Amino acid sequence: MLGTGIIKGLAETARNFIGSYTDPERLVTVEYPDQKLPAKENARNFPFLVFDGDDWEKGLRCVACQICEKECPPQCIYIEKSKDKKPDHLGKPQFYPAIFNIDVSVCMSCQICVEVCPFEAIKMDTAFELSTGDRFDALLLRKDHLAKSNDYYNSIHPTEAGEIDARRAEERAKAEAKAKADAEAKAKAAAAAVTEKPPDPTAATAQKTNPDAPSPEPPKAN
Amino acid sequence: MSATDLAANYNTTGKPDSADIQSDVLEVAMGPHHPSTHGVFRMDVALEGERIIKLKPVFGYLHRNHEKIAENTSYLASMPYTDRLDYFCSMTNNWAYALSVENLAGLQVPERAEYIRVITAELTRLLNHTCLVGFLLQDMGALGTPLMYAFREREKILDLFEALSGSRMMCNYMRFGGCRCDLPAGWLEQAKLVVANYPRFLDEFERLLSENEILIARTQGVGVLPRELAVNASVTGPMLRACGVNYDIRKVDNYGIYDRFEFRVPLGDHGDVFDRYMIRVLEMRESLKILNKALAEIPDGPVIDPKAKLRGFRPKAGEAYGRIEAPKGELGFYLISDGGPNPYRYRVRPPSLINLTILEDMCLGHTVADVVVILGSVDIVLGEVDR
Repeated sequence: MLGTGIIKGLAETARNFIGSYTDPERLVTVEYPDQKLPAKENARNFPFLVFDGDDWEKGLRCVACQICEKECPPQCIYIEKSKDKKPDHLGKPQFYPAIFNIDVSVCMSCQICVEVCPFEAIKMDTAFELSTGDRFDALLLRKDHLAKSNDYYNSIHPTEAGEIDARRAEERAKAEAKAKADAEAKAKAAAAAVTEKPPDPTAATAQKTNPDAPSPEPPKAN
Repeated sequence: MSATDLAANYNTTGKPDSADIQSDVLEVAMGPHHPSTHGVFRMDVALEGERIIKLKPVFGYLHRNHEKIAENTSYLASMPYTDRLDYFCSMTNNWAYALSVENLAGLQVPERAEYIRVITAELTRLLNHTCLVGFLLQDMGALGTPLMYAFREREKILDLFEALSGSRMMCNYMRFGGCRCDLPAGWLEQAKLVVANYPRFLDEFERLLSENEILIARTQGVGVLPRELAVNASVTGPMLRACGVNYDIRKVDNYGIYDRFEFRVPLGDHGDVFDRYMIRVLEMRESLKILNKALAEIPDGPVIDPKAKLRGFRPKAGEAYGRIEAPKGELGFYLISDGGPNPYRYRVRPPSLINLTILEDMCLGHTVADVVVILGSVDIVLGEVDR
């Protein structure tokens, strides 16, 4: 009979309408500003810079190697390397970014900067309520705006951040053990040198300018 | 070509040119801002009354220079750009590009990554066909309801993609030699749940629509694509199979691990809009079979080839073509490498654009309202048509 198909279809619509009151499978939306779905752990939006400790300027992990700047597909990152160096988490002196800008109006949230970063310094944020009335300056994120603490990173991506923290703690422990062993060796050598001849003035100056250098030998390139 | 050139062969004087009563030829530019064109696409149509006597598709409003951008960035940096080709099916776009780079560089994909690729690709096919059916019905005048149901189901798959890759639509998930990261904890169970609930939605959808008299009247015998023309115009995907040509790259090429799965290739008979609609519904059921098997069998192991390099990736000089059965048809990437960090030539073979070339042949003699339906049944995404 003509029209049975339409009636069957309408019955299906009625079933869906009534079902939307009882079956969560049929009502997947939420009333957004009042209700929010829990964020997915892997979710990504825009990059930020991770820093350790309390002082963001001291603890910034970025060493201004500019790999992310080169690999960024839409070229939205701009980095200027510092003139001086600051110690990183292993105590090794490293450059830091004098300028680190991300133009979020250009960024396409692809996460390639995160993947290529060898220092775990840049990570993806999950914050998405970022609308602003200023179309120009507010969309160019500076270093101070981008820096977010490791605790924050741990709170948004706990699994990934936990693994990274464990790895970094291991690296630090290894570096400390090596520094300790080196210092002991150095002390022994110095003790031996005192008994034999006066200390070498060049080694002393090297030690003064670079207190973190583990030994008077030139540091090996990694 | 100006709009007036289109109807050069037709009487535009406003007076009958013979004893017969003849109406004027009316030229209409459908689009680029027309909701039925699914984006920015223009059809210059010449109408005699309601009938189409000429149709010229005009492409290029969304041209973004994709191929030249890819030739000037590293291989890795073009991966997120492939998401933006067919923005409904970023996973299959990723796979096609990764496959051609793997062919070029000779990378091996680990077992687990192959399974993940099949799972994500078939989820993408479900997602794409669900949306297409919703949009097609929307074009036919079924405002709201079917599209809303389709988007409700799509949402569940998008949630899976977000949990896996971090992004709902622009996944950027595959890498050369595998996948970016392993499945998060509990993902497989979620995916199994979605797949288990999907047949209910398909049954509902078929009850809702497939017997609907209006749908049948609007689609059967409309926009018939002859088999020979489809083959000659190198139409691929569900469009071709709706004409009855058994050509599915999953069967023909056996890329990935598709030879391990049993599935049928649904074939149409008449090549009209109804067949194209029905093929998509049937393909979704076949995808569910593949998904069930893949989700049950997925082995443990690494997800990326240890030889694959993320930074400083330079494949040796040569050329390669990788193609997959994307939801819309054959999606291929042709690459020439000169040994440098970026491809010397990068070319996309988009299914949407090539399936669109025979639009005029399908539309001639039909009414304007039918053109909207026929275009909807071709399944285009303008991001891929214009690149």
